[in-house]
Amino acid sequence: MKEEVNAQASEAMAEELHTAMIEVEHLTKKFGDLLVLDDISEKIEQGEKVAIIGPSGSGKSTFLRCLNVLEDPTSGAVYFEGANLCDLRVDINLHRRRMGMVFQQFNLFNNMNVLKNITLAPVHVGVQDLRRIKRRNLRTKICNLFRKKDKKAALEPVETTVRQIKEEAKENAMRLLKRIGLADKAEVYPSTLSGGQRQRIAIVRALAMNPKVMLFDEPTSALDPEMVGEVLELIKELADEGMTMVIVTHEMGFAREVATRVLFMDGGKIVEQGPPAQVFGAPKNDRLKDFLSKVL
Amino acid sequence: MRVMWEAFYDQFIVQGGYKNVLLGLRNTLIIAIAGLVIGIIIGTIVASVQVAGKRNKVARVFAAVGDVYTGIFRGTPIIVQLLIFHYIIFSGINIDGLLEAIIVFGLNSGAYVAEIMRGGILSVDIGQMEAGRTLGLSYPTTMIKIVYPQAIKNVIPTLGNELIALTKDTSVAGYVATMDLTRAFRLIASANYEYIIPYLMLALVYLVIILIFTFIIRFVERRLRKSERRS
Ligand SMILES: Nc1ncnc2c1ncn2[C@@H]1O[C@H](COP(=O)(O)OP(=O)(O)OP(=O)(O)O)[C@@H](O)[C@H]1O
Ligand SMILES: [Mg+2]
Repeated sequence: MKEEVNAQASEAMAEELHTAMIEVEHLTKKFGDLLVLDDISEKIEQGEKVAIIGPSGSGKSTFLRCLNVLEDPTSGAVYFEGANLCDLRVDINLHRRRMGMVFQQFNLFNNMNVLKNITLAPVHVGVQDLRRIKRRNLRTKICNLFRKKDKKAALEPVETTVRQIKEEAKENAMRLLKRIGLADKAEVYPSTLSGGQRQRIAIVRALAMNPKVMLFDEPTSALDPEMVGEVLELIKELADEGMTMVIVTHEMGFAREVATRVLFMDGGKIVEQGPPAQVFGAPKNDRLKDFLSKVL
Repeated sequence: MRVMWEAFYDQFIVQGGYKNVLLGLRNTLIIAIAGLVIGIIIGTIVASVQVAGKRNKVARVFAAVGDVYTGIFRGTPIIVQLLIFHYIIFSGINIDGLLEAIIVFGLNSGAYVAEIMRGGILSVDIGQMEAGRTLGLSYPTTMIKIVYPQAIKNVIPTLGNELIALTKDTSVAGYVATMDLTRAFRLIASANYEYIIPYLMLALVYLVIILIFTFIIRFVERRLRKSERRS
């Protein structure tokens, strides 16, 4: 009884400490001697749409990539839903499934068609979980052979089959493709698609994992101008649906329109932040003023 | 001219030299193909460890072992490797000559394929790995499902060259381990000191084998390229 109370207390404490969706504490990143992120602490709450702006080389991408530990922080911690992702005992793959990421260069899998690109991870994860349950059940069954009748352990329910997992993933992928108007491209390889199409597919590929948060790293910077609109449109839709997102962007108009908060980074620090109206309308920091005068 | 042909006919047919030639042809093909298969398996493992060694301390130890292995097998002539295996390493064991040749050529080829595969893996854009990891796939899963297929496609032409080089290298197998094409024709030629026909014939046989390999490699390459353009 006492232990239970203790456990609850410590759990509550852990939650109290890191209640935000993502919390960054004293995050520092060095590449060799180069200090790229300088002791950043920041919280991102559920439902926020955070835009990160700043000059080239200021550490925006590195910061974003530290959020899902694609880049190992040199020191500090990143908490996602209360779990410290920098802790090596934490299964990072489990948490990454809840954090979608979209790259400047799309990074669709070149060796797979569009449908397979989207279904690969959901199917793999589903099948892996199924196998794990089956393995555990097999072990239970074997142990049960040596147990008395009234002491036999119960088996975990197996509610699905590999076939069903594949079908569901495919259905879901087709639904997502329809949503972006690319259902007819399901069987096509990425090399035959335009940049805008590739990026939208990359976005729905991330969505297929049902992420809690989406991280975008300059999703439109590699696109021809006429394709920027379609991608931003899709991201805006997601924002309107309430998806939490962090987006590194050079599209100031978009940041102003969609973001609930804007972070301005310079020299590895978040130098100024606030609602878009304030950051764009009444910047205080000189470097931010200078930056805005160049990009606006 | 006539004399030459008669001498060749006598050795090839009457004395049964063709039996050696057929056996040699079989062995040459087996050594080259099995050697390459073993080479691909070893090479892929070594290359994977070397690539992983950049980010993982345990892999780094194995990578160092891999470096020593490739260093030794690329740094010494294949005939010397055959001699060492035949007279030193396998000297106490009663091992079939063909198997011995397959092992040595496999190990030798593995050292070259390791380099080829490493290049192939590194030629796959790092973004492919990052995309896989971001979706929550593990490093090995991403390697197997995404990186290797692209790496292999990239190195098929080079692996083809390796097969061709390996096929020609097998011509020294007969000096140590087993019957092969070269040895079969050498026996015919030296039986009555008529060299011209057997050796030109020998060259022709290698040439045909390699032309056939080249054709097959081109075909596979084309098929692979087509599969990605399909719409
Ligand atoms: N893998 C790496 N190895 C070494 N240095 C790196 C690496 N990645 C980034 N850097 C350096 O870190 C600094 C910050 O890079 P980062 O990509 O985070 O900047 P950024 O703000 O995203 O810039 P941009 O707007 O050009 O994308 C740069 O000076 C860059 O050269
Ligand atoms: Mg960047």
